[in-house]
Amino acid sequence: MQIFPFIVVVWIVGAGLYGIVTSRDLIHQIICLIVVQSSTYVLLLGVGYVTGAVAPYFNDVPVHTPAVDPVVQALALTDVVVEAAVTALLLAIAIQAHKRFGTLDPHDLAEFKG
Amino acid sequence: MKPAHRRWLFLAGAAGLAAFYLWGLSGLPGFGNYPGPYGPAILRIAVAQTHATGVVSAVNFEYRGFDTVGEEFILFTAAVGMAIVLRTLRRERERSPVDEAKDRDAPPTSEAVRTVALLFTGPVVVVGWWLASHAQTNPSGGFQGGVVLATAFILIYLAGEFLTFRGFSPAHITDAVEAIGAGGFAAIGLAAVCLGLPYLYNFLPLGETPGAVSSSGTIALISFFVGLEVAAAFILIISEMLEQTLLIRSGGD
Repeated sequence: MQIFPFIVVVWIVGAGLYGIVTSRDLIHQIICLIVVQSSTYVLLLGVGYVTGAVAPYFNDVPVHTPAVDPVVQALALTDVVVEAAVTALLLAIAIQAHKRFGTLDPHDLAEFKG
Repeated sequence: MKPAHRRWLFLAGAAGLAAFYLWGLSGLPGFGNYPGPYGPAILRIAVAQTHATGVVSAVNFEYRGFDTVGEEFILFTAAVGMAIVLRTLRRERERSPVDEAKDRDAPPTSEAVRTVALLFTGPVVVVGWWLASHAQTNPSGGFQGGVVLATAFILIYLAGEFLTFRGFSPAHITDAVEAIGAGGFAAIGLAAVCLGLPYLYNFLPLGETPGAVSSSGTIALISFFVGLEVAAAFILIISEMLEQTLLIRSGGD
């Protein structure tokens, strides 16, 4: 059980990478990239978890109650925002690729060479 | 490269990755035993130092404030980049937003969708502002609140039409709000510099009670500006996407 969350992380990375490598559609490929990135949330929250601790919010509990690491939680928030930004930009590029080449299949796109 | 070759190459690489990963894992502290120096140190001092009971927000807008400026500008750059990538190309023209076929009825939006979307718009705006303005006490903040606020505009799009959505969020206003949000954050940091303090130093009064809405000084103010920026950026991104489907036509049409 000690390393189980980290095994889940590598499983999510692997599933997403497999999707990217075998994908025949740019939109599907972008979604697979999101899957790969979502592994980092599990990793960050898994690293910061402390057994028996509370969330780092001290409205109802005394200030020095043991809490999980707030730094990695803040990093996970950054991660979500960056993912949204990257996804938006990639989708825009996919739209332009489809306009220009009439296809979203990366194998066909490779033949155009720009 | 043939798809089958790709797959074998990937599987070989993935096997190597898994092997190194498992090797790396053997050196990590087990799940639930995090000994890291920064988290415990911040948990010891954060509430007394910032008067924010939400320590994640304190980390984001105070201890890692400088990183969050960068993060906010990533979102800003992505929205601008998207507007540039999706600009009207030479071969395209923007369709007139006026109905071109008045005699033909477009299928109307169903009454159920319209009612639910309109019912939700008000509460969603309230929840969005509540999230953006309670960063110091709740698991919330400008990023979460901004996204929820942007959802209110999508509800307007669902309830009405794209042109109503555009009417509610004219590009020059969303552009300005996005700039005010991003610039406001940077300006709060510079204000501290003008007072002879380090960049983004929390120079405002912290308030009496930790966890009160008026507590935590610049953390609440920065969260407010981040909320503006995020809401405007997402509205811009969504309207760029909608314009692509609804207004842009290739020259041949």
